[in-house]
Amino acid sequence: MLASQQGRRSTWDRWSGMLFVAPYLLLFVLMLVVPLVIGFRLSLTRGDLFGIREEVGFANYGRLFADPVFIQVIWNTLYFVVLTVPAFAVLGLLLALALNQQSRWAAVLRAIFFASTVLSVTVVTLIWRLVLLPEQGLAAVLANAIGAEPVAFLSSQATAMPAIAVTTIWWGIGLPMVLFLAALQQVPRDLYEAAALDGASRWRTLRSITLPSIKRTMVLVIIVEIILQFQLFGQAQLLTNGGPNNSTRPIVLFIYEAGWKQWQLGYAAAAAQILFAMIAIAAMAQYYVSSRRDAA
Amino acid sequence: MSSAAVRRVPRAAVIGVTMAAGLMVLPMLWVLILSLKDSSALMADTTTAFSPPWTLVNYANIVGDGQVAVWLLNSTIVSLLMTGGVLFLSSLAGYGFARLEFPGRNILFIVVLFGLAIPEQAVIIGRHQLFAAAEMHNTYTALVMPGLSAPFGVFLMTQYFRAIPREIDEAAMLDGASRFRVFWRVLLPLTVPAQATLGIFTFFHAWNDYWWPLISATNRDMLTLTVGIAASQQNFAQAEGLGFLMAQAVFAGLPVLIIYVIFQKYIVRAVAGAAGQ
Repeated sequence: MLASQQGRRSTWDRWSGMLFVAPYLLLFVLMLVVPLVIGFRLSLTRGDLFGIREEVGFANYGRLFADPVFIQVIWNTLYFVVLTVPAFAVLGLLLALALNQQSRWAAVLRAIFFASTVLSVTVVTLIWRLVLLPEQGLAAVLANAIGAEPVAFLSSQATAMPAIAVTTIWWGIGLPMVLFLAALQQVPRDLYEAAALDGASRWRTLRSITLPSIKRTMVLVIIVEIILQFQLFGQAQLLTNGGPNNSTRPIVLFIYEAGWKQWQLGYAAAAAQILFAMIAIAAMAQYYVSSRRDAA
Repeated sequence: MSSAAVRRVPRAAVIGVTMAAGLMVLPMLWVLILSLKDSSALMADTTTAFSPPWTLVNYANIVGDGQVAVWLLNSTIVSLLMTGGVLFLSSLAGYGFARLEFPGRNILFIVVLFGLAIPEQAVIIGRHQLFAAAEMHNTYTALVMPGLSAPFGVFLMTQYFRAIPREIDEAAMLDGASRFRVFWRVLLPLTVPAQATLGIFTFFHAWNDYWWPLISATNRDMLTLTVGIAASQQNFAQAEGLGFLMAQAVFAGLPVLIIYVIFQKYIVRAVAGAAGQ
């Protein structure tokens, strides 16, 4: 009897720790694992609003790559990434270099550059809609003031995506800035003191000490921004709704419309899997490049 | 001091960065002054916003409308529930993963870490199907539950519990405290800084979440403020007027900015921490 009690006791000891993680794991399975599986299964079916489904294998994927709109949304998304990610990396670094000091003024400016990050996408687009409005927007008012011709940024194919990119940079510049600021704080002070003793110029110090010390952060910022900007959705949906002529329609908006406007859930799910794969590849490629550079 | 001499920022950079800050603020000020104008005056010419008379009529209309107040209430309920839920679940799981021995612990933790790499797009259709099957769309449960599964909090809390010296638990155990008591009375109070970071991050995340509430809450009375503001601006052409719309932007944006100014340190740390995982 003693033995069996001990047996029970040790089983309880072995498994009771599970009770602490079980509530979270339950939600993890229910809200992450199961939906992931459902999404993948759906991508192999064709169904409609009434839920009639048939297994179609990988037909949805074939259809996607034959769909000129889908090919275009991939290019649009890549274009948007190219417009925004280098700007985030360069501007974020410049701001961090300029604001990495302990003055009150620098603290105020840091707060300003990060402030827009806390706004929701809907408030951000509302603000920028009123900046970009063709006749009455702030941009038009300023253009009139200096005697220039106002531009209808959001309705021209050439300027719509850059306008969304500017909106996005305005919204998100705080994140790369604080990541770079944190990295700059980590650079050992004595390196700078040694450089000063050697009479190194400011440019030389930046190139030989600061930049090599924050290389890892540069890679991190680029990866994080690629992954974030691949997921462009709200800005494009709210500012242009993909127009003009599909030129600003990103992958996520395509998924949203296939899924919830046209109710082609299988088709939308397949597109979502492709986006998932693209994000994973982007992250892995960046890690690969950065590890190669370290080895060289 | 020599290091200060090297680190001093050139004057041109100071001027440049100040001007850039001006560009950051300008759109917000523009919206603010538009919100203080009567919509009919703006209809003719938005430059009238630069001169008086200004008015608070747009804000009075928002308060009188009632709809925006409902959205504000929904956002508050959803954000608070999600924040509380994430803190509770992540603290328990973080303690479990960091301190307790049970079969499969390491494998499970790695699986949870893989969850960090899954973007919302890959699961949102499946989630939508699940809640549709359970007929639970347009409920607070549907708005809150997906957010509770985010692995970031578990990751953060596990790291934080691991950093606490084991001697602290052992001393408490020697005094005869139970495992739950050690967790609840001894270790949890030590994690307050991490709780603050995670709590503020989750609150903002919930408040600003767009895609999931957009597809889950279709009933106008169940919208969150973020989605409600989107609904108003999509009817831009027949909107109640520019001034009213701008007042909504200020109404939705200003509280968040005020909270940001108060908790700036934690918010910046939380956002940077979530990105740097």
